[in-house]
Amino acid sequence: MGIGLYGLLITRNLIKLVIVLQVLVKMALLALVAAGHATGQVNLGQSLAVTVLVADTVVAVIGLALAVQVRQRLGTLDVTQLSELRK
Amino acid sequence: MLVYVALIVGAVLCAVQAVRAPKLLASVLWLAGVSVLLSTVFYLMGAIQIAVIELSVGAGLITVLFVFAISLAGDEALEAPSIVPRPVAGFLVMLAIALIGLQMLPLAPAEPTVAAVPFVEMLWQERGLDLLVQVVLIFAGVVGVLGLIGQPTKAGEYEEFEDGISDVVSHEYSPAGRPEPDGHRPVRTADYPQPD
Repeated sequence: MGIGLYGLLITRNLIKLVIVLQVLVKMALLALVAAGHATGQVNLGQSLAVTVLVADTVVAVIGLALAVQVRQRLGTLDVTQLSELRK
Repeated sequence: MLVYVALIVGAVLCAVQAVRAPKLLASVLWLAGVSVLLSTVFYLMGAIQIAVIELSVGAGLITVLFVFAISLAGDEALEAPSIVPRPVAGFLVMLAIALIGLQMLPLAPAEPTVAAVPFVEMLWQERGLDLLVQVVLIFAGVVGVLGLIGQPTKAGEYEEFEDGISDVVSHEYSPAGRPEPDGHRPVRTADYPQPD
């Protein structure tokens, strides 16, 4: 999870941001399933993990569609340039 | 136990490479590697259903979506420095890990408080609200993507309505009005009488 958080802090590319967000959520999935395994409730961990996975997939799809639209309209994927354009 | 450690170390290495790789396509492939290794870990832990879903969705669908998006947006490598300085980012990550570690102590495994429930019963009966949320999320995702992927309208472009009245798209509107090829000036909101 630390790797994903570090990537979120240092990444400027919009698509790369979605990728590192995926890394972060995958490690959270691992934590959920491992916690279920450790407490003897694997199925509870699985059902929670399914919900997280669905939400994560929707976030990825919307994030990628947004990145493609930003690239086509503004010609850049750099988040700092996007914040400059807002001024 | 050694297999778990090897798989998780491999997943962590793939995750590091996914963050570090300068090319987006390489990052996506490393991310698919993380998914494959994690699904193997899930399978070994007995979480078979989530292993299959992770392998098919995480390593399959998401990878295809990323490749499709990269093909549309381009593999643009940004060489500029990051917004947050790397030492500060490292410090923040260490702080977050320390705080999570403090929350996880003591490390003694908790005793199961309820009897083990089959996955199907757990998902459809005890976690029914989660399923409802998933349906809403999927619907919201589809609607959001349809809205985002739709053809963008350009400034000054006409939208013809069924009653024959044309209107100008209001965003990015130029006050002077862009002349059309036939010399006709676009209809502007300012051309209509405004209420006092």
